[in-house]
Amino acid sequence: MNLDARIPQGPLEQKWARHRAELKLVNPANKRKYTVLMVGSGLAGAGGAASMAELGYEVKCFCYQDSPRRAHSIAAQGGINAAKNYPNDGDSVYRLFYDTVKGGDFRSREANVYRLAEVSVNIIDQCVALGVPFAREYGGLLANRSFGGAQVSRTFYARGQTGQQLLLGAYQALERQVARGKVEMFPRHEMQELIVVDGRARGIVVRDLVTGELEAHLGDAVCLATGGYGNVFFLSTNAKGCNTTAIWRAYKHGAGFANPAFTQIHPTCIPVTGEHQSKLTLMSESLRNDGRIWVPKKQGDTRPPAEIPEDERDYYLERMYPSFGNLAPRDISSRAAKRVCDEGRGVGPGGQGVYLDFAEAIGRLGEDAIREKYGNLFEMYERITAENPYKVPMRIYPASHYTMGGLWVDYNLMSTIPGLFVLGEANFSDHGANRLGASALMQGLADGYFVIPYTIGDYLARTPRHSVSGDHPAVRAAVDAVRARIARLMGIKGKRTPTSFYRELGSLLWERCGMSRNRAGLEEALARIPVLREAFWRDLTVAGEAGELNQSLELAGRVADFLELGELMVRDALAREESCGCHFREEYQTEDGEARRDDARFAHVAVWEYTGEGRAPLRHEEPLTYESVHLATRSYK
Amino acid sequence: MNLTLHVWRQKGPRERGRFVTYRATDVSADMSFLEMLDVVNEGLLLKGEEPIAFDHDCREGICGACGMVINGRPHGPKARTTTCQLHLRSFRDGQELWLEPWRSRAFPVVKDLIVDRGAFDRVIQAGGYISAAIGSAPDANAVPIRKENADLAMDAAACIGCGACVAACPNGSAMLFTAAKISHLGLLAQGQPERYERAAAMVETMDAEGFGSCTNHNECEAACPKGISVAFIARLNADFVRARLTEGRRLEQVGEGGV
Ligand SMILES: Cc1cc2nc3c(=O)[nH]c(=O)nc-3n(C[C@H](O)[C@H](O)[C@H](O)COP(=O)(O)OP(=O)(O)OC[C@H]3O[C@@H](n4cnc5c(N)ncnc54)[C@H](O)[C@@H]3O)c2cc1C
Ligand code: FES
Repeated sequence: MNLDARIPQGPLEQKWARHRAELKLVNPANKRKYTVLMVGSGLAGAGGAASMAELGYEVKCFCYQDSPRRAHSIAAQGGINAAKNYPNDGDSVYRLFYDTVKGGDFRSREANVYRLAEVSVNIIDQCVALGVPFAREYGGLLANRSFGGAQVSRTFYARGQTGQQLLLGAYQALERQVARGKVEMFPRHEMQELIVVDGRARGIVVRDLVTGELEAHLGDAVCLATGGYGNVFFLSTNAKGCNTTAIWRAYKHGAGFANPAFTQIHPTCIPVTGEHQSKLTLMSESLRNDGRIWVPKKQGDTRPPAEIPEDERDYYLERMYPSFGNLAPRDISSRAAKRVCDEGRGVGPGGQGVYLDFAEAIGRLGEDAIREKYGNLFEMYERITAENPYKVPMRIYPASHYTMGGLWVDYNLMSTIPGLFVLGEANFSDHGANRLGASALMQGLADGYFVIPYTIGDYLARTPRHSVSGDHPAVRAAVDAVRARIARLMGIKGKRTPTSFYRELGSLLWERCGMSRNRAGLEEALARIPVLREAFWRDLTVAGEAGELNQSLELAGRVADFLELGELMVRDALAREESCGCHFREEYQTEDGEARRDDARFAHVAVWEYTGEGRAPLRHEEPLTYESVHLATRSYK
Repeated sequence: MNLTLHVWRQKGPRERGRFVTYRATDVSADMSFLEMLDVVNEGLLLKGEEPIAFDHDCREGICGACGMVINGRPHGPKARTTTCQLHLRSFRDGQELWLEPWRSRAFPVVKDLIVDRGAFDRVIQAGGYISAAIGSAPDANAVPIRKENADLAMDAAACIGCGACVAACPNGSAMLFTAAKISHLGLLAQGQPERYERAAAMVETMDAEGFGSCTNHNECEAACPKGISVAFIARLNADFVRARLTEGRRLEQVGEGGV
């Protein structure tokens, strides 16, 4: 497997500019002769499709929702980072770069992260030009806040609906291109297979989710911007439809899968209430700016929070991490919450919760000020829990939220399959072992608006054009494979629903490959997943027909892929014998329970290669070399 | 608690639909409404029957995918709440519920409770955007915008495109949806150059898509889960009238070699 990341030469600050100058260009008159397939219409997909169409390429864009505007990016609440330094508080491209590399626990590529920080400033300009109604100060200029453990205020936001507004900006740009005839949009179409011809990605097979028909679409390059796979845990903050199918098909065609075990568990979500739970709701991290996190000092203390006196409360983040306190990064906060709950000091039903308390902030700033800042979040919390957070502290617990792992890409965002590009959360690129708050939106738009429009041209210009006809054997084989797979799912006629397998897989992974992992647990999971998978293919039931809108069939297909991906995650977690970022191996910790990295053995990206049904995948390494930053032990004490 | 559900079942756009009765037994008040439907659907699957099809994705009230009429009200009994954010504690034990898809000429039923809202995307295509080529934007702080305007633009931009406004309107009008976008963009400096053309084109497309006209029932605002105000409709009307007036004038100027 060729893992040459093709990092440009030269000093860090000049790599991207130089690279852009050296990239080959497609003659403007020729651009319309190229068709690019974009799977996904989130920030990365809609942004990428709109910008490539603007340049003149013909673009076909696909999403599984009924409209591109509903992509999961819509749900992001908190904000988007950019090194604008508008507040004059010492931010810079370098600082955003450094914070991101450090936040990722030194497991990301310097050059990629630097580029991300560099283009972050253009993103804000672009979004404002597209009409994104960011929060503003009375003087009419843009407002900023500090977010997710950053010590500068570099986060731009639109109330608690930043993702919605950024996505609507990209969606509107996309619809403009649809109106111009440059983008053809295929909503309610799910990618089921990748078509590779002569070693290059040339097309996809999609299922029309309304009619059930299978269609092959061909083009000169394929981009996957299909989001993350956090739903592998069944319960997560992701939208219900988020899946791994597209990237999993690509993996099985030879695209390397990087760091699958790097999954982020977000510290501030509403705890599980019962068996029926179908998803978890995030409470934006911005709440940690004013809320204080605590649990009772005593185990099994069931008194209502108001009756627990100050000196019997443990503000454990403030105690353990005095300089970052309640703003300690996500991985650290999540683990600390798990630890206090494991000690029997958790609150709420089942003891799986900690308090996020606004009493002190309300006392200091007044209820109105808190309402102004977080009103919609408080409302959302009350709607779900029927508790009023102005009066009683919120209860929160960590939940699966984001995946740093994803398909391996080089500096040009191309996977190990030539012509297959991967954007946004679907790739592994910029966040190392842990993502900082407000950086996923930044990466999605960076990839879509500012990276792919350049790098795709270079690929197309260097690649000889051959047209592929619809009855090429590779096309027919791909369609047949999808048809056979669907027939197999429909034909089992067993006794268990897709959801029952899905829940079982999710809770197994959550227990054994979640916030904290150890060899014995991982080995157990590695033994149990194939058994579960086998049961799935023997005892599944799906109702209805394949040739119609069929939501149980859709779910079954996604669960089938999660059942395979789950195993790869476990393998990756087993092989990485160190703790870093979100990957916490109990065997590798310091005396006070902090992660112990092993830079000598693991300062690399782990990239997995599929080797065929029933065979163990191969693990490759892309070494990470640091020229500008010094590998430090992360400390938020 | 127990609920009786009368659910609209319709196999496809051209098939006839009917209500079918199901029971949701032993469900908990803490469950969300869609989780209750999940439970009912699991039961149907195990009996080899087809589950009830309904749209949903984020289950957080932001993607706009979900939506059904519950006892005559789009998104059900709770104000400013999407279907996915409803909890069973908003209902009584033993209550009977009628669940129907959005009913509107412009939103044909796809299956059961799912409708085709593609017409909304086409209204946006007509002009619900700012034509700013990617890569050519000036510094974000180059043009200050009054905070009041930015806040009001955000109020309008909060629309999630669920279609409840259309479903609630006796005429099936999409005025609130269209007005929200026209107001969002029209309140910002960046949206000025295309402001009037935008209003004209979006309104024309809205009419062409088969949405009814607005006769000020204000049911849309009451049904909107995001509380989008009908005051935005007045802005739409003002921009639309101005567009019509200037159109004539502009054509004259073009005729004289102006513009
Ligand atoms: C609740 C929540 C809050 C968040 N808040 C923040 C925040 O404040 N700041 C921040 O920076 N990040 C935040 N994030 C993370 C961020 O929202 C995501 O990482 C980011 O939006 C992903 O964008 P994307 O374009 O890569 O993918 P997505 O937005 O997930 O889009 C995926 C697209 O792919 C399509 N798709 C998927 N599978 C298929 C298939 N098989 N076939 C066809 N189409 C397919 C979908 O239809 C969709 O259009 C948050 C995430 C969550 C869950
Ligand atoms: S499912 Fe997204 S708004 Fe209801």
